[in-house]
Amino acid sequence: MNSVKHFFKSFMFLELLKGLGVTGRYLFSRKITVQYPEEKTPLSPRFRGLHAQRRYANGEERCIACKLCEAVCPALAITIDVVEREDGSRRTSRYDIDLFKCIYCGFCEEACPVDAIVETDVFEYHFENRGENIMTKEKLLAVGDKYEQQIAANRSADARFR
Amino acid sequence: MEMLTDFWNWLPLPLQILAKIIAIMVPVMLSVAYVTYAERKIIGYMQVRIGPNRVGFFGASLWGLGQPIADAVKLMFKEIIIPTNASRFLFLVAPILSMGPALAAWAVVPFDKGWELSNVNAGLLYILALTSMGVYGVIIAGWASNSKYAMMGALRSAAQVVAYEIAMGFALVGVLMAGGSLNLGDIIAKQQGGVFSWFWLPLLPLFFVYFISGVAETNRAPFDVAEGESEIVAGFHVEYSGMAFAVFFLAEYANIILIGALTSIFFFGGWLSPFASMADVPLIGDGIQWFIFKTFFFVFVFLWLRATFPRFRYDQIMRLGWKVFIPVTIVWLFVEAVMAVLHVGPWA
Repeated sequence: MNSVKHFFKSFMFLELLKGLGVTGRYLFSRKITVQYPEEKTPLSPRFRGLHAQRRYANGEERCIACKLCEAVCPALAITIDVVEREDGSRRTSRYDIDLFKCIYCGFCEEACPVDAIVETDVFEYHFENRGENIMTKEKLLAVGDKYEQQIAANRSADARFR
Repeated sequence: MEMLTDFWNWLPLPLQILAKIIAIMVPVMLSVAYVTYAERKIIGYMQVRIGPNRVGFFGASLWGLGQPIADAVKLMFKEIIIPTNASRFLFLVAPILSMGPALAAWAVVPFDKGWELSNVNAGLLYILALTSMGVYGVIIAGWASNSKYAMMGALRSAAQVVAYEIAMGFALVGVLMAGGSLNLGDIIAKQQGGVFSWFWLPLLPLFFVYFISGVAETNRAPFDVAEGESEIVAGFHVEYSGMAFAVFFLAEYANIILIGALTSIFFFGGWLSPFASMADVPLIGDGIQWFIFKTFFFVFVFLWLRATFPRFRYDQIMRLGWKVFIPVTIVWLFVEAVMAVLHVGPWA
């Protein structure tokens, strides 16, 4: 009996027609494509894009060269050299992130006790020359200065979960 | 108007034929180009995407209508790489051999009452002969490429086309018996009288067999094992690039449109209007617009099938061809013959 049923089912294309019906329905459904350069998907406040170093409101850089980020970095992308500044505070003389090594895991951001190193919403960047993949301290601070408002807004939006 | 007809009659016969050929080829090639666009667009829509929508004309994107032209220009400027140890002559001749029959078959296709390049009395036979010729291009391409993937693709394609050619031929015998003629124009004329006197109803099983065999013959999804990416990369045309590849591509789409046109001629009354009582009303009545509409409906079904079904396994394809389609067509031919002898049904 079952084989007869199966015979008629396959002979009448019942299942095939059902499949055609599904694709036929989707032909007229609303398209979900996001047309990238013109339209963008919303980003989470936790989005991990290009790195930046932040400053305090008075302009002092936050980083105290504790090297926690360097230690936690699973890809060994961070290189830090430390000096004592004239005022006696501990600062970095060199803070390089190799973006080719970086896997954008966000551990550096989590490890940082002073919220100095952060990852921003910026994901549209590129390199045109060799060596541009090394984010030096100056570059990181410049990114931080440029996007400080956005960075601060994202931190406060996520603050109650941290 | 009179001047035009005078001018036409003044032209020597070869020039008249040439003009007719151009009048058929240009729209066919344009449709081929835009079927590639329609394919990407329709399959995109069925997958909830929007498909190509960037390339347009003169800075306006126009839903991507410039895409096929951009593709063609790109392929024209690419190098045709000929693999070492490939058989050079056969390698270059193969695309032409697959393109030629796909275009030559249009010679007997009636677009409207009396609108055909040549009114051949053995038109159906001519079509059968030419559509089977197409596989030579594939086999030669696979052989001449000197590549195992190409060879495997060609072998699969050959076996598949031979299997489905038989079912297709038997389905057309049914059309032949119902139509009582090999002339495509006569076959259409026999279907006069609205949707329900078209041959699809009395020949329903043959219609399905013919259309599915057509999908298999053109090596289209879900029967496209000849170019199964997962096993043999791209099948018979792995080694082809540039315009040589483009010609294979064009041949495939020309064949799709041809199968669509033939399905509409054999089973859906070609240029006949579905409303028999309004045969003389312009646009709704009989005319080329119905032929074009029906043809492109079947082309759409080709794309719809591709968007819906996963590829058949090779042994399933063979089983379907030999153990299902051929018996079904033979049984229906028998039924048809008995009914014709007893003068029952539409064959009386």
